Amino acid sequence: MKAALIRYSPLAILAIAWQLIAQFELVSSTALPPLTQVATAWLDLLTSGELLTNAGLSLYRGGVGLLLSIVIGAPLGIAMAWWKPVDIALSPLVEAFYPMPKSALIPVTVIWLGFGDGSKILLVFLGCMLPVTIGAFNGARSSEQVLVWSARSMGASRLRMLWDVVLPSAMPDILNGIRTALALAFILMVTSELIVARGGLGNLIGYLGANGSYDAMYGAVLTVAFLGFAADRLYQMFMQRMLAWRQVGDA
Amino acid sequence: MPVTEHHQIVVEGVGHRYRPPTGREVLALENVSLAVRDREFLALLGPSGCGKSTLLYMIGGFLPLVTGRILIDGKPVNGPGPDRGVVFQNFALFPWKTVKTNVLYGLERTQLPKAEREARAQTFIDMVGLGGFEDSYPSQLSGGMKQRAAIARTLAFDPKILLMDEPFGALDAQTRGLMQAELLNIWRRTPKTVIFVTHDVQEAVFLAERVAVMSARPGRIKAVVDTAFDKTDPHVLKSKPFVDKVDELWGLVRDEAIKAQVSRAT
Repeated sequence: MKAALIRYSPLAILAIAWQLIAQFELVSSTALPPLTQVATAWLDLLTSGELLTNAGLSLYRGGVGLLLSIVIGAPLGIAMAWWKPVDIALSPLVEAFYPMPKSALIPVTVIWLGFGDGSKILLVFLGCMLPVTIGAFNGARSSEQVLVWSARSMGASRLRMLWDVVLPSAMPDILNGIRTALALAFILMVTSELIVARGGLGNLIGYLGANGSYDAMYGAVLTVAFLGFAADRLYQMFMQRMLAWRQVGDA
Repeated sequence: MPVTEHHQIVVEGVGHRYRPPTGREVLALENVSLAVRDREFLALLGPSGCGKSTLLYMIGGFLPLVTGRILIDGKPVNGPGPDRGVVFQNFALFPWKTVKTNVLYGLERTQLPKAEREARAQTFIDMVGLGGFEDSYPSQLSGGMKQRAAIARTLAFDPKILLMDEPFGALDAQTRGLMQAELLNIWRRTPKTVIFVTHDVQEAVFLAERVAVMSARPGRIKAVVDTAFDKTDPHVLKSKPFVDKVDELWGLVRDEAIKAQVSRAT
């Protein structure tokens, strides 16, 4: 607890600096309202229910998109690593699609699926899938031959061996890919909501900004930042549990 | 040695070529023939790179058989199977499974009920002296303990044949000596057919009833030497029959080791 306080003290210092700069009007108060004022506006957003409704909407879109990208992306990566024809068919697509900025697809997904949840989920899915696929591909390819042989000599079928050996071997890389995807999910979710959407935190930020409620807008921005941070921390804890077997113990 | 029907493992005229990612095709094995009796302990001895592990993996069914044939109990080998338990040099334990779940893995596909599988796993964990480490992950164990766990895992599902690929090669000298004695004890209690790959002459003579010496690449069986004599004497390593056999085998292996070195240097 104490270590955590020291670790995050720079954040407290930043908050104090923010408050002081705004209070002595070193910059215009529209550009940077005092933190206390932001906090009040944030509480209003919270009590009115606006914040929770929009956050729930955003997390639903991001969550479903991310989940789909894992469920589809990971098996795809493993299939590419284990069956040459799948690799030949898909790797040019992966190579071409990977560096493309997925935010460019925002208008496309809107044309396909409209202004609602569908287009956001599709965008997050498209943006998050490749980091997971590439992680699974690299992880599955690095699975040790001898472990595969070992499982086969103990009577595991080929399919069984994929599940028992290749998937766990690929797990560290898959989990790292998902961590990247998690950050991308937040970026794409907020961006797409900012541009065209009904509801969501991005939409709320855009709306408050357009109406000049800058203190509330900052409140919404800080909420997004906190959610992203909390999601990553929680995910890292989950990852550590999943990979507990990698830590060298005291035996 | 004539190949007859009652041999459990029969290798006839087996060759193996492979193409490394860069470079020319390599002839790893050429016209290898070998027959192993039921419950025999045979060592495959040769310089590193002679193809002895390749031969073991072919008997294991891991590598495709292009020339020659390999029979187990008269039936051709067609892929790996639980009749042949393999112990690998680098243990090949599943790092994400504990000692116990590693040992249970091979038992999962047997017909035994769950309670019996658990009991059997525990028996073999205790037998190799890993009681108390059931819930440890391989990363928490020393090299010797890992190899013990791997041996327990292979013995637990009771294969007729044990294929061992330099299983003690990665261990320090003391652990190695203990493990060799332990393996002999286990083999005497639960006799199995064993093919044991090693490049260590003393190890081969100490463990095996017969030693097949392989030549430098391309690997062939150069000679098969009978090494069956009483090894229960604690001073066997200094006894005359032991020292004589080691000398005889050294003579056979030395030339091959030199040839192997020369061919690597060129």
